[in-house]
Amino acid sequence: MRDRYLPLLATITVFVLVYAVGAVSFKYFLSTRVLGDLLTDNAFIIIAAIGETFVILSGGIDLSVGSMIGFVGVVMAHLDTLGWHPLASGALLIAFGVAFGAFQGLVIDFCEIQPFIITLAGLFLLRGACFMVSLESVPIKHPFVGVFADWHFKLGGGGRLSSSAIVMLVVLAAGVVIAHFTRFGTNVYAIGGDRPSAVLMGVPIRRTTVMIYALAGFYSALGGVVYAMYTASGYPLAGLGDELIAIAAVVLGGTLLTGGVGLVFGTLFGGLIQGLITTLVNFQGTLTSWWATIFVGVLLFIFIVAQRTIMTSTIFLRRPV
Amino acid sequence: MDHADSPQAIAPSRWSFGDLTSRSWFWPVFALALIFMVDGVVSPGFFSIRIVQGRLFGSLIDVLYRGTPTALVALGMAVVIGTKGIDLSVGAVVAIVGAVMTNLIHRDMSPPLVLALTLGTGMLCGLWNGLLVAILDIQPIIATLILMVAGRGIALLIDEGLIVTFRSDFFSAISTGEFLTVPSRIIVCAGTLLFLWLILRRTALGLFIESVGGNSAAADLAGINARLVKIGAYTLSGLCSGIAGVLICADIRGSDSNNAGLFIELDAILAVVIGGGSLAGGRFYLGLTIVGVLVIQGLTTSILVSGLPAQFNMIVKGVVVLIVLLLGSRRLRQSIVGLFRRRTS
Amino acid sequence: MDASPPLVELLGISKSFPGVRALENVDFRLNAGEVHALLGENGAGKSTLIKIMTGAVTRDAGKMLLDGEPVEFASPAEARARGVSTVYQEVNLIPTLSVTKNLTLERQPRRYGFISWRQANERARGRLKRLNLDIDVERPLASYSVAIQQLVAIARAMEDDTRVLVLDEPTASLDAREVELLFGILRDLKARGIAIVFITHFIDQVYQITDRISVLRNGRLVGTAPTAELPRLKLISLMLGRELERTEARRATSVAVAHGEPILAVEGLGRRRYMGNFDLQLRAGEVVGLAGLLGSGRTETCKLVFGAVHPDAGQVRFEGRPIAIRSPRQAVRLDIGFCPEDRKAEGLIPELTIRENIVLALQAKRGWLGRLSHDEQERIAQQMIKTLGIATPDADKPVGQLSGGNQQKVILARWLASKSRILILDEPTRGIDVGAHAEIIALIRRLCGEGLALLVASSELDEIVAVSDRVEVLRDRRQVGEIVGDGITRENIIHTIAGG
Repeated sequence: MRDRYLPLLATITVFVLVYAVGAVSFKYFLSTRVLGDLLTDNAFIIIAAIGETFVILSGGIDLSVGSMIGFVGVVMAHLDTLGWHPLASGALLIAFGVAFGAFQGLVIDFCEIQPFIITLAGLFLLRGACFMVSLESVPIKHPFVGVFADWHFKLGGGGRLSSSAIVMLVVLAAGVVIAHFTRFGTNVYAIGGDRPSAVLMGVPIRRTTVMIYALAGFYSALGGVVYAMYTASGYPLAGLGDELIAIAAVVLGGTLLTGGVGLVFGTLFGGLIQGLITTLVNFQGTLTSWWATIFVGVLLFIFIVAQRTIMTSTIFLRRPV
Repeated sequence: MDHADSPQAIAPSRWSFGDLTSRSWFWPVFALALIFMVDGVVSPGFFSIRIVQGRLFGSLIDVLYRGTPTALVALGMAVVIGTKGIDLSVGAVVAIVGAVMTNLIHRDMSPPLVLALTLGTGMLCGLWNGLLVAILDIQPIIATLILMVAGRGIALLIDEGLIVTFRSDFFSAISTGEFLTVPSRIIVCAGTLLFLWLILRRTALGLFIESVGGNSAAADLAGINARLVKIGAYTLSGLCSGIAGVLICADIRGSDSNNAGLFIELDAILAVVIGGGSLAGGRFYLGLTIVGVLVIQGLTTSILVSGLPAQFNMIVKGVVVLIVLLLGSRRLRQSIVGLFRRRTS
Repeated sequence: MDASPPLVELLGISKSFPGVRALENVDFRLNAGEVHALLGENGAGKSTLIKIMTGAVTRDAGKMLLDGEPVEFASPAEARARGVSTVYQEVNLIPTLSVTKNLTLERQPRRYGFISWRQANERARGRLKRLNLDIDVERPLASYSVAIQQLVAIARAMEDDTRVLVLDEPTASLDAREVELLFGILRDLKARGIAIVFITHFIDQVYQITDRISVLRNGRLVGTAPTAELPRLKLISLMLGRELERTEARRATSVAVAHGEPILAVEGLGRRRYMGNFDLQLRAGEVVGLAGLLGSGRTETCKLVFGAVHPDAGQVRFEGRPIAIRSPRQAVRLDIGFCPEDRKAEGLIPELTIRENIVLALQAKRGWLGRLSHDEQERIAQQMIKTLGIATPDADKPVGQLSGGNQQKVILARWLASKSRILILDEPTRGIDVGAHAEIIALIRRLCGEGLALLVASSELDEIVAVSDRVEVLRDRRQVGEIVGDGITRENIIHTIAGG
């Protein structure tokens, strides 16, 4: 049982280490304010990454996440100009996300096309749809946005747990429960672990695949809603390249890109690590923002090579000849 | 379980439609012809080519011109996909190459030396990917993801965060100039295509790549060094991305690491798939990949020329991708045919 | 036990697939509380029979009775529900999931829609206890040995009302101690009245644990008897006997026997859990046959010699010099060729043309710079097509479109084209019709006459007898004997396999 949590331990250790670097380097780093901001700023992408975790656990991948975030934002902004309440438009867009994801899942399973390329098409479609709705940033003016942004939960020491962060933590908990306490969740791990065996063992592949991508659609749409509320605007280029950040969050969270192994909870830290590195680089001032991507890239490399070595080590897996 | 021998049905000597449509070149060329026809209808004069100030001009030329960087990247991608791999880092390599090139130019090095070192950088990036895939045995999507994520950061590092510009007649001539009325970059692209053809089809390397991609175990047992072949493929891809990077950078006379080559990998993969290459590895087609690029670029130009606002570009691309993919799915085709049969019976 | 009616009866079962008659009028009776061995070479029809019995495949003709009542199983799930469960050779479980999760997949106990792992773990422990297994059920399956994994698979297959358990090659990856463990459990199950079908190729184990034996050959039942009444020799004859249209005469032994120094000599070559240490000498103009039953180590021997699998013991000498053949590439450079048994997975590159498949090894030898021109390739391909009689209108068809026999010829052609000096053939006539069969035999002899050294592994004894100058006999992954020259007869080989 302990073996299962080893990658998570590694991830949390890295998180703590990076945080420690920050605490040592900057005077006010070790404050709940920084923590609260970290959670708020990265809430949307972590939400999207939760959905991505399920997809990757099943051995697939979803590249349409970033475009979904952008699409949700511009449509929300457009509906806002028509007088819609953000909650209503948000709910509509989440439903759309589920449907879009389900469609991707169905095509993947029925047409036997690789997830990479179908979700790539999804990326194009959604981003293209963004541009059809609007070419520039449109503000969301409904007063609820202000309410949402202001509402917070006070952490001792000046920090705030914003509504975005709370939404993120709630859906994270839901994700953990789904992954570990539902039949669907176990089937996700089964498909990712050994697909042919899962088929033989009676796992309903088509139904599960559709649900996996529908779930990813749910989470990426929700991430888009949170982002739109957070920025109070719909921007057609929002989320550009964010699928990469989501995937990186999943990998840094200890999930194997090949599937079958990993924890949803780890994705939280995978996302926070990236956010933390960006924050550190910003605090630093002299280092410029692209150093963040380099650090993340290096971390990814280390994690991936480590994953490779662990997978081939005979301690974890015994392969009969 | 194996079936007893039965004489193989001889292909009918009568030419049939099924014969034609099953050729590898049919659908890509058909798609291209379709797009060009639409272009010709929507914009009369689409096919006209004239010489202005010693240089060829025209919509067709435009398609070739704008499509060159993607074509270069797509050629390298086709080779890698042939080994049953993929290279997601090509956009990042373009950025890195641009940054290196700009940096070297500012050091007042001679242009041919800059060119050599720049291309070498591209090959180095490719080598890195190749080593990860072939020696460390990491899945290609994952291995190239690393450079994809970190690459632009590295490029920005070299640029020190700025969009650095330069003046170089040599590189401007290569990228935006013309030679005997033909735009130089088209010549560069043709030259690269020729080089790849020589190195892949005039040697056994192409056969080895198709073997490794088609059945890696069998290729191994036949005595092919699968590792070296894969490393070679990724290095070639790096070289192609390098050439594209040089052209892109010289075009804007500077290094814009945030935007150079953005999303070019997506277009490249798409072009390879449209050109008949399979992501499952095996056969790859250099010429048809170019056709794939022309289809994509032609689509973009169609939209431009038709008067549709440019923002339609992406969604049209997305729809086309989806249709191409769905058509390519054997399962779907069989179901649809089955549906028809049941209706008509 | 003998007086009561059989639990399962299959009567007159026939099944055809396109191009091949898999089963012809086969009867199979299974009694409660009996361990019944089902034996036969590859292609004999064992898997088809089992698939029919467990609902994975529908039969063309015949009846199936359970407890005397006719039954039809539309799917393995339905067979399962009626008490017939199967455990396949590859442990078809999820290695990354825990034992509990594997045992309860799709059947987890739930409260209000959510899984109760406490209950699931208890249920899992209970299931394993019935197999006398007491392990930590929360650890990943992969952290356990294959033997344990297999027992978990059996536990999963065993519902409360399972009455028939089909085990397909359960001991293939187990060592002696683990086999004993499994057998203890089988005896327990037997005592509880469960009927067990035991598919295996390990003759020794058949005599250790089974009560009854049925032998299939070429889709027919050639014999069934209580184990105690079927001596080893008779059993092996039943399995390997083959009615040939005409017996190919044993070639004259005067031709090229023991031509001086061996080109390739291996001593004590082996690999743990793969193949026991063996000695082999390959001389020019000589054919060494590898004889043995399925699973005796024929393919393993071939792969170790070719360098496709790394040995961890032994020495290899090439023309007298010590050498380590570490990769097929190295072997090819030494002019050694290998025709694998599984040509689909390891031999052919299906997308590539016949011509390309033929010249592949030769091209690999020459390296990437020394490309054979299209004309040269064409010439070589045409020559091979003619020599081997490959039935194809042209050499530019994808090789995947050829029939099985022709595909085999293409692989042979590959090594002939690359002018190999040593040729290793693993089941060269598998799936080849009778006419081509004789051609291949003649070809092997001719190559031998031209000075090639050949290592031929085959389950067809008559083939071995017809071509070999010396025969290495294998049993249960060990080399158990060598027969030379005039001593090479079917009877002698069978005797040596049987341990006589």
